[in-house]
Order: sequence, then C-alpha cells, then structure tokens
Amino acid sequence: MQKKKTYWKSEIELDKSSEWIDNLKNKEFAQKLPKDTLHDTELPDSETSRRDFLKYVGFSTAAVSLAACEGPVNKSIPYVFQPEQIIPGISNYYATTLFDGFDMTSVLVKTREGRPIKIENNNDAPVFNCSNARTNASVLSLYDSLRLKNPKFNGEDISWDLLINRAKKQLIDLKNNNEKLALVTSSYPSPTTKKIINDFIDVYPNVSHYYYDAISQSAALNAFEKAYNVRALPAYDFMKAKCIVSFGADFLGDWNGGGFDTDYAKMRIPKGKKGNAKMSKHFQFESNMTLSGANADYRYPTNSFEQKLIISAIYSELSSKNYPKALNESFKKVVKSITKELRKFGKNSIIITGIEDEDTQRCVLAINNILGSEVLVAEKYTQIRQGNPKSFDKLIDDINSGEISGVILSGINPVYTYYDSKKIISGLKKLKFSMTFTMKEDETSVHSQWVAPCPHSLESWGDFELRNGIFGLTQPTIKNIFDTRQFQDVLLDLAEIKTTYYDEIKLLWTNTILNGTTFEKALHDGFFIKKNNKKLTYSDNVDEVVKRLPGKKNNTGLELHLYSKTGIGDGQQANNPWLQEFPDPISRVTWDNYLTISKTDASNLGLKNINQSDGALDGSIALINLNGIEEKVPVLIQPGQAVGTVGLAFGYGRTKGVKEEMQIGVNAYSFYKQSNPIQIINVKATDEFHEFACTQLQNTLIGRDEIVRESTLEIFNTKDKKYWNPMTQVSRDHKEIDVTSEKADMWQAFDRSWGHHFNLSIDLNACTGCGACVIACHAENNVPVVGKREIRKSRDMHWLRIDRYYSSENTFEGDIEKVENSSDFFVRKELENPSENPQVTFQPIMCQHCNHAPCETVCPVAASVHGRQGQNHMTYNRCIGTRYCANNCPYKVRRFNWFLYNKNDEFDYHMNDDLGRMVLNPDVVVRSRGVMEKCSLCIQMTQKTILDAKLEGRQIKDGEFQTACSSACGSGAMVFGDVNDKDSKVNKLRSNDRMYRLLESVGTEPNVMYQTKVRNIEA
Amino acid sequence: MIFNYNFCSLFSGKTIFICLLTFFIFLFGSNCFSQDDNIKKGKALFNTNCAACHKINKRAVGPALKGVSDKYEKEWLYTWIKNSTAMVKSGDARAVAIYEEYNGSVMTSFPQLSNEDIDNILAYTDYIPPAPVAAIQTPVVATQNNSNISNTIILSVLVLVLLSLLTMLILVNKTLKKIAISNGVVFEEKPKKQKTPLWKLFIENPFLVFLSVVFFLFSSAYVGYAYLMQIGIDQGYMPIQPIHYSHKIHSGDNQIECKYCHSSARVSKHSGIPSLNVCMNCHMNIAEYNGEEDLEKGYTKEFYTNEIKKLYKAVGWNEETQSYTGETQPVEWVRIHNLPDFVYFNHAQHVSVAGIDCQKCHGPVEEMEILYQHSSLTMGWCIDCHRESDVNLKDNEYYTKIHEELSKKYGVEKLTVAQMGGLECGKCHY
Repeated sequence: MQKKKTYWKSEIELDKSSEWIDNLKNKEFAQKLPKDTLHDTELPDSETSRRDFLKYVGFSTAAVSLAACEGPVNKSIPYVFQPEQIIPGISNYYATTLFDGFDMTSVLVKTREGRPIKIENNNDAPVFNCSNARTNASVLSLYDSLRLKNPKFNGEDISWDLLINRAKKQLIDLKNNNEKLALVTSSYPSPTTKKIINDFIDVYPNVSHYYYDAISQSAALNAFEKAYNVRALPAYDFMKAKCIVSFGADFLGDWNGGGFDTDYAKMRIPKGKKGNAKMSKHFQFESNMTLSGANADYRYPTNSFEQKLIISAIYSELSSKNYPKALNESFKKVVKSITKELRKFGKNSIIITGIEDEDTQRCVLAINNILGSEVLVAEKYTQIRQGNPKSFDKLIDDINSGEISGVILSGINPVYTYYDSKKIISGLKKLKFSMTFTMKEDETSVHSQWVAPCPHSLESWGDFELRNGIFGLTQPTIKNIFDTRQFQDVLLDLAEIKTTYYDEIKLLWTNTILNGTTFEKALHDGFFIKKNNKKLTYSDNVDEVVKRLPGKKNNTGLELHLYSKTGIGDGQQANNPWLQEFPDPISRVTWDNYLTISKTDASNLGLKNINQSDGALDGSIALINLNGIEEKVPVLIQPGQAVGTVGLAFGYGRTKGVKEEMQIGVNAYSFYKQSNPIQIINVKATDEFHEFACTQLQNTLIGRDEIVRESTLEIFNTKDKKYWNPMTQVSRDHKEIDVTSEKADMWQAFDRSWGHHFNLSIDLNACTGCGACVIACHAENNVPVVGKREIRKSRDMHWLRIDRYYSSENTFEGDIEKVENSSDFFVRKELENPSENPQVTFQPIMCQHCNHAPCETVCPVAASVHGRQGQNHMTYNRCIGTRYCANNCPYKVRRFNWFLYNKNDEFDYHMNDDLGRMVLNPDVVVRSRGVMEKCSLCIQMTQKTILDAKLEGRQIKDGEFQTACSSACGSGAMVFGDVNDKDSKVNKLRSNDRMYRLLESVGTEPNVMYQTKVRNIEA
Repeated sequence: MIFNYNFCSLFSGKTIFICLLTFFIFLFGSNCFSQDDNIKKGKALFNTNCAACHKINKRAVGPALKGVSDKYEKEWLYTWIKNSTAMVKSGDARAVAIYEEYNGSVMTSFPQLSNEDIDNILAYTDYIPPAPVAAIQTPVVATQNNSNISNTIILSVLVLVLLSLLTMLILVNKTLKKIAISNGVVFEEKPKKQKTPLWKLFIENPFLVFLSVVFFLFSSAYVGYAYLMQIGIDQGYMPIQPIHYSHKIHSGDNQIECKYCHSSARVSKHSGIPSLNVCMNCHMNIAEYNGEEDLEKGYTKEFYTNEIKKLYKAVGWNEETQSYTGETQPVEWVRIHNLPDFVYFNHAQHVSVAGIDCQKCHGPVEEMEILYQHSSLTMGWCIDCHRESDVNLKDNEYYTKIHEELSKKYGVEKLTVAQMGGLECGKCHY
C-alpha cells in the first residue's frame, strides 16, 4: 500500500501538544448552545422588568391568537398585457457579456418573470466563458439596495433633464474658454464605446481620454507592446500546455483578466492508456500562496528578487549565455531541472509571470519566443486592461496644478483605489466641473459635483472585443430598476448627437463586424467570431535587459505582495454579502482581509494566531508602515508564504456605498504606490488581537485521512489500483471482503436498476478551488447569509464548501532519507518546518447523498428520507430541529437555521429588503428558523429536466441533468448525471480507477464520488 | 360546506326558472320570426360576417348598423360592402368620411355576399323587435313570487289559528277551575317528597364520575384535534373578487376551454391568472352582457355589463374610440388556491403529462358563478390520488425505457404514481 500522508487544515494542528485539537476531535459540536437572545452579554444589563416581561408575553400571546384567527388574504396581480416571451413559472435565458471593468465573462442569464436570478456559463462562447465567483454573485449586486436611484448635483437629487442641460452648458463654456478636460474610464474594450468617445471628443476637442485600472497590469502591456507592437495582453492556450512555469502569475485567479482555468484543468486530468497516462506539469514560483500555487506540482516559495534571478538564469540557460553571479547552488539545480523540462516539451511549454516589472515581462516573452511556445497566442490578445499608471499620475498632478479644469469619470473609483486618495480629493475640489458615472454613491462620487447613476451590466446594452477578432454583446435582461442611464447614452446627449448607444452598436456591428450575419443572431448567441487574425511577429531584444534583471536585493524590510482575492477582487462588489461570506479558497477566512505571513517571520516578529476551543481563530494585529503610510492589519499565518514576504488583499476597507457590516478590513490600495503590487514595508507587532471568522478549523478530520486520496503520476502509471486507491476491507466469515460488496451490507436497498439514479463525480485533479460552485449554489438554493459573528460560531450555511487540506511528508520515515540524500535548498527549507511549503488539495464537499444515510435513521420525525433517484431528501416542513441528523452525519454537511435569516433586521443582508429578495429562486423554499437544511443535489433542477422530457415525450440525453455546482464548474471537475444511463459520462467515471468514495469504510454508500488526485511529481 | 350546499340548491331552483323563461321566449320568438324569413337569414349572415366588428345599436370597431339603410341608398351599400377599399380609393366623399371617422381602419370586403344577402342583412339590422321578453317575464316572476308569499301567509294564518285555539283552551280551563272552586270542590295538594338532588347522586357515584371524566377528556381531545386539523384548510373558500368574473358564464354557458385563458397550465408550474389582454381577445367585441340573468341574486344584465366596464377601466380600453388609452390599473385578484411555500406543485405535470381534467381538483368550475376552493388541498388528498392513479406509460416516449425495464423485471403493466416515487417527500418539498 502507498504510504500514508498526514493532512492538516491549519498550521496549529501540527502542534501535537495543543489541547484544543483533542477538544475538537471529541466534541463534534464544540460550540455552546446559544442563549435565547442574540446578544448574550446584553441580558444582565437589560432594563426589562418582570412586569414588563409579563406584559409583553400577554400582549404577544393575545396578538398571536388574534392573528391566527384568520388566514392571510393573498393577492395575485397578473400582467395587464403579458409579454409574449414570458410565461409565469418558466425561466428565460439570455446570452450576454458581463463586464465591470475588472471581470469580463460571456454568460447566460436565467430570468424568471422578467428578473434575472442566476448567472450560468455560456458554454458556446469561445473565450471568457466560465464565470468565476464574482460574476456568479454579480446578479445579487444588481439588487443592491444601496445603488444610486437618481442623478445628483452636489449631493442633492435632481432630474436627468436638468443634469444634461446644465452639464452641457458647463461643458460648452469650458470648451469656449479652451480649458482642458479629462475623460477617465476603466479599461473598456468596446468598439462602439470607443467610437462614441471619439465622437464626443470631436464635439469637445478640449477633452482627452485616459484609461485607469484599479489593479494595473501596465508592465505586461508595455512589454507586449515592445515585443508585438500592440498594447494588450496575449492569450494563452493552456490546452496545449504540457509544461507550465509561472513566476508570481496567479493565472487561475485574476492574472490577465482570468479565464484560463477551464483549459488548464482539462490538461491536469491524467489521460491516455493505463501505464502511459499523461498530464501537464506545473512549476510555480511565488510569494503568496495563490490558487495557482496550490494547484502546482512543484511550488517554490520565493520572493520577487529570487524569481527574477531564476527567470534570467532560465533565459541564459536556454540562450546559452552565462549564469548571473548571484545564483546559488540549489537555485542552479532548480533552473537545470526546469530548463530540462522546458526543452523537453518545447513548443508545448510556457513560462509566464505576474511580476509588475517591464524587464521581467519582456524577458519572459523572450523565453517563450526561444521555446517557440504555441501556448502563447499573441494575435488573440485582449484589451481588458489598458490603463497606464504613469499618465494617470500625471493627470492627478495636472488636476492639482489647475492645468485641467474638469473631469468625467466612468466605472472607476480612484478615491478608493488610488494610493494617495487625499491628493485626488483635493484635486476634485479644485475642479470647475466634475462628473462621476457610478452605480453606487462611492468614495469618489461624494466628492464630485455631478453624480450620474449607471445601470448594472445586467440592465445595459454593450459590446466588447473579448479577444482580438472575438466579439461579445451585452443586452439588458431587466428594465432599469432605478432612474439610471448608461454612460455612453449620456455622452451622446452631452455632445448633442441624436442617437442612442444601442443604435450605434447595431450600426457599427452591421457595418464592420458581422460580415452578413444578422444582428439578432449575434445577440442570441451573445458573441461573434470574426476570423481576421493576422500573425503577430516577435520583435524585441532583451540581452541588455537580462543583465540588469534581478535588480537590487531587498534587505531592509518585508516584501509586501498585494493581491486580489477570489471573492472580493478589486472591491467593486464589496457590498455583496455572498462574496463577503465566501470563504477564501486558501485561508478559508470570510468577511476579512489580513496580512498573510510565514510562520518563521511571525515568530520572529512575535505575531501569533490563537485558536479558540471552538475552532474560532484570533490573530495578532500588526502595524505595517510604508514610508509613513501606516495601517493596523490583522495577521494570518499562511503556510507556504515565502519567508521575508507578506501578502495583503485588495478590495476591503470600503467606506462609502456599502452597508456598515461590510465596511470591514483594510484598504490595501493605500500601499499601492506607483501601481506596483510589490512594496517594501516594515511590520511591527501590537498587543491587540483580531477575531477572524475562519471556517478552516471548524471541523477536523478526526484522523480520518482516507478522506483525501492522492498519488503521483509515476505510481498511478506503474502500480496497481489496489496500491494507491485501495478499497477498504472488512471481515466476514473470517474472509476479507470489499466494504462495498453486497455481503457486507446489512441494509435493504431500493431496486435502483430502473428509472434515474443520480451520481456526482468530483475530480480532485481538475478542481482548482475557484469557488464558482459555492456562489452558484447560493444563488440556486436561496442559501442565507449569516454574517461574520455567526460564521465565527461555526454556523455557516454553505451547502457546498471547498475543504482545503495541507499536507507534507514530514511524518514519514521516507523523509529522513530525503533529508540525508538531498542537498536541495528547497527540500531542506521544506523540512525544517512542514508549514513552510505544504502541498494543497481542494475538496468540494456537499451532502454525499448516502444510499445508507446515517442521518435518515436518527430523524425522529422522518424528515430526512431517501429517494429512489439517489437523492437524500430533506423535508423542511417536517423538520422539528432536533439536529440528530447533523450529529450523525460523518461528512458534516448539514446546516441548521439557528435564526430566521430573512426579514430579520439582525441579519440585514439581501434577504432583509424587498429588492434583495428579488434574487431568490422561486422554485426553492426559503427556510425558516429551527430547520435543518442541506444540499439536495438540486432536485428542483433534476425534476425540471425530467418534466421537460415528459412534456416533450422523449428520452433524456446525457449532460441534460445538471446541478448548480456542476453547471457552474467550468473546469469540468464536477460531472453530474444518471448512472442508469450506461453511456453517461458519470457512469464511466464510476468505474474509473481513480474513483473513491468518502469514508467508504463506514458503509454509507454515498452517491457522490471523488477522483483521486494525481500529482505530476517524482516521488 | 353548508353554505355551498344551500348555494347549490338555490342554483337548481334558478335553473328551473330559466328553463321556463327560455320556453316562453322560444314560443313567442318562433311565432314572430316565422313571419319574416328574410330577417332570420339576415341574422345568420350578420352573425357570421358582421358581428366581429359591428353591433346593432352601438358603435364597436365599426359603426352601429341600426337604420343604416335609411342613411345610405341600397346601391351605395352594395358596392361599399363588397369592396369598401376601392370606394375609398375612388374618392367617394361619404366613403372617405367613414374611413376618416374610424381612424383609417379598413372594413373587410365581402365580395362573396350577393345583393340578396345584403338585403337580408339590412332587413335584420332594420328590424325592431317588439319588447316581448319583459312582458312574459313579469308574470313568471310574479307567479313564482306569489306562490312564495301565499305559502308564508297560509303558514302564518295556520299558526295564528293554532295560537288562538291554545289561548281559548287555557281560558276555558281557568274559567272551569274558578267555577269548581266556587262550587266548593277542594283540590288536594300533592305532598312534596324529600328527594336527594341529581348532582349529589352523581357525585356520590365514583364510577359515573370516572366515566364522565373519561368521556369529557376524549371528547375534548376529539374536538381539539378536529379543530387543529382544519387550521389552514380553506376548502370552500369563496372570496369576493374585484371584478365579478363568472366561470359559469365563460366556461359553462359559452364552453370556453379552461386552458384558453389559463394557458400556462400546459407548460408551467402555474396555471396562471390570465392577463387582461387575454380577456380583451373576446371582450373587445363583447361590451355588454346579453345572456341569462339571475334576478334573485341581482345578477342582472346591467350588473354583468358593469363588470365588463370594470375590465375596460383596468385594461385602459376606450369604448368610444375603440382603442387603448395606455392608462392601466392591474387587477388585484384574491388568490383562492393557496399552497404553502414549502410545497412544489406543477400544473404542467398534471395537465399535460398526466392529462388530468382541471375539474378533478378544481371541481365543477363551469357551474360556479363565484369560484371557490373545491378540494381540501391537504397532503392526504394529494397522496390519496397519487396512490390510486396509474401513470400513462403508453403514449410517452419518456416512459418507454422505464416501462420496458419494469415489465421485463416484474411483469408490471400498470404503475401508480406512488410506485414511480410520487410519494417521496423530496418530489414536492424542496
């Protein structure tokens, strides 16, 4: 048998002397029972006397009994004129492109009775077709109650007519006086918008247009321009990538606009004949632990200096030049092995970097050119980022010096995202004219004269060039909820051009893009491919660049790496409770940003992470300082963080346009000097502690390591399945038999040979941990948001969680050998402390829908029962909330409604206002207090598929059955279907060698299965 | 339930009355029409060709046709009816005037009508029917009312007679007594026995006390249980709606298919309250009610016509100009069939897949003047049906595989909904 590894969820678990871990192991529900009131501490100070209490009791009893006398009268109000396409109870889907200046995705929007309720992937679209967690959650941002409802002038509500007329007058005056104006927008790869802006500038020649990105990728843009003469970001075809070397590029995150995980994941599944299966090999050099690093085969925690050094060394090696002097022995070894791999795979290898340094970026492009990499597709570039921080810095100076008299801002929030917000505020105050187009009354708009409310992407028209030659259309899926107008329409009005954005799009597309295809067809598809890519040729010389590349080594402080989190991103959707409560895939922390630090640095600086007995996490608060900019930041010890570096996420610390509960965290943009995400800072410890709401420790493995299974490609290819994926054996009549065999079964099972039998397969190799499924599940199943306080008490309601396990081999005898035989720097570094560079496994866990479910047998009211189709049903109306089922569930997937989470001021999230409740799925009930709930394998979706087939009188094809998570999973890690359909994909996966089920030895026979993770590493 | 019962019995009384009424009308009408065959033919032609846009006494899409032959000479009318467009184009002054008055809407040409046909139609539109219906109506109503009144009078007279007889008897008895006393007859007073009161006897008998306590407990438990079990069950719920919409008239008298208005029942989980534009498909031309009346309840023609006016107001229909004003007032219907949120019910599954009649759950809707909840809509009621009903396996390709597998395995030919998993909690609760 393959030697066993130890898996751990938090670095503290490695400390065997710790008491709390025993406590967690022994008590499945470590938290205490809640008191009757939310605020336990308030009770003793309460002023309510006994008499008052009796009065209230009397009154409420009387009120309740009176109210109970009559049933409520429900009103039904049908349409006066029903639109032809809308049938109440039937969903309509519209293909559209969502773009908010940061994320761009081609999606299908599910609407019910005219309101969008869910975002689905547009699988037909060629690029950007996989929505991430933020895009999935953007449907809730549409129903944000804090959105601007009408235009404003100096804080007062005004009408659009007034705004247009008066602003136009002002603009004409400025034009006549020949005073300069700046139009600053987020990157906007829209052909029609570009035309409209040009038309606007034709009318007002005193206006100049600037692009500004909250998170800039200017260095990459400049490097690409030097190499290929286009200021853009190249495309990468990871389907062709057999060897990936990444230096600080989180390409499974937001690097280059994201959207690479689909292709990457497909190459991570071992394919080919048994014994000769192949998968891509992934090396990652990085400082923060990112999603890409977590998925890599080899991960090297390094700082940016070391990364640059290795890049230059690889370049020198590949181009047969000399090593830079600073390279030590262990680095040399790494470089050797990587260049060997790169050479071996040649055009199928790729090297990428996320370091915001033009020289580094140029060098990497040069290496790809030497390799002749086919993964990099230069001509399919995208202009999703176009900003130039230098010109923006100059603009701010010009505004402050009075050279520029007015600005029009659209889609940006520089007061929040620019590192020196005071400078922007003082500049804005000096201006004669300032107008902000925004969805929310944000930090910038409160300092602006004119505030023009914009519609959400789901209410807008639009067109985008997703990649060169591939176009996307945006169409409204709901009528404007508030009195909003699109930026483009207002520009046209201000320039007195008598047309609309929609007409302009239609005209431009019909004349220049569509080549005869009808506009309606393109609108129906949501995208259009125009094949006109002419090959771009590489023309850059980096010999000089390589020589100066590593630059100076930092010896003064810690290297701060600013990054965008999977959930919050650049911070635009900070008022979205789904995203705030979304556990970060790596740290599993919700509702916070924090300084990630390595264990070594933390103990040197005296920073601590303390785990409370119930699994809650407290972290020291550190004082960080960048040339006088000081901020107090809570600290989270992050296994795998490179020593000498710290990480901090953008997107937190919002103060305007977000609810009080979501005004949390630290604004990392104040450290984003010169738009460089790497800064040298000083960190000091303070005595204070911060309370995290971290889900990582809330349930431990209790020593059941068989939950995660993994192997290496070599073992997978050479050894028998029994070696690396053994079936648990039990003894019957003194003979060892498989635990799943019928003989070992003491239950009577349904006859499942007819009808449907649903199974869900989750491939641990393909799962990148992106969390799109978590948000999709929220949206589909009306999962409530419970808030930071409740999460801290382990009362999270996520039906689907992605468990993240760390592992390292330090507990095995084999490692001692490894140390003795190796002079490798990284091996030594790794073994000094297991948390220095752990391996990571992501495992999505939802209800396992056991055929012999332990929860069902203990329910006293039979609210949890089994269905013939394999789903474990949870009948909310029958549930009386004993929570026996949750106690008896070995997978800890059942969630209890401790409170009423809707229409309750204590939980002031989307379910507490009429607007936010519009996102609710009308096919799924909203659960009440005292009820247990859990994943249903989206029974509403499977039932709908069955009904559609019955109505049309046909058989169901494979792939029609979907759950919210499987359809949101762009990487193909989740496959759902009917195993009674012998040709179905999921049925084939059931007999796959890598298949295993969680805790098979318990005999629960789950209907959810997992595919063993295979790492492409040499053992 | 009791109320419904009463309602139904009244209803049947009304039917008899209506039958009588129609009989009289028929008698009279047949006499009258037999005198003029042309008018009869004209009426038929009018109904097939003209009634979609014209009314006799009232402006509709086109003008009212009463006395149209007085306004225009016959020859002109022939050409106009056969091809009005050509006439407008030729620039005939009167034709253009009509064309303009009706906002340029073109009258359909009827080249298939012969001059004789047109004469017949004109004969019908010119015909002024005498007002016989009311004349007949009154005596019928009167006799019915009279008979009712006489019954009460007879009863009250009888009661009066009996009462007076009683008083007389008492008076006689008193006088006889007085006479007897004056004659010296002595009335013996019965000695009163010292009896133990009943309640004391009862208390002294422990067995009886025990029995009655048990009885009391059981009966109160029974009553309490019965009370609790009916909470939330609104069988017979018959709220007053903002517009008095009679399913009896639409579905019963006029035989309109349920799913013509409730079209989404075929494809969606909701049967759907029809949007008002569906009403206007017919009511654009039906501006007044001309059917039967129920005078007892006050459902007169005016009453119904007034309800149609409510519809016009809600949908924003201007009868004068025959166009929509754009001012709408959505109707707030009171929802009758309320399933709790935690139940998922799909109409399409039952209506289209299973092919169940609407009446199976909704009762005799075509007889309901005011709609009420016919079934209890309890879970037991659902389950009972799921246990008994067979799934129609034959005509649906979806079931072919399942049917094959089952008949191979168990030799099953029939399959109830319950066997298909129709009793599983999760099928309706999610």
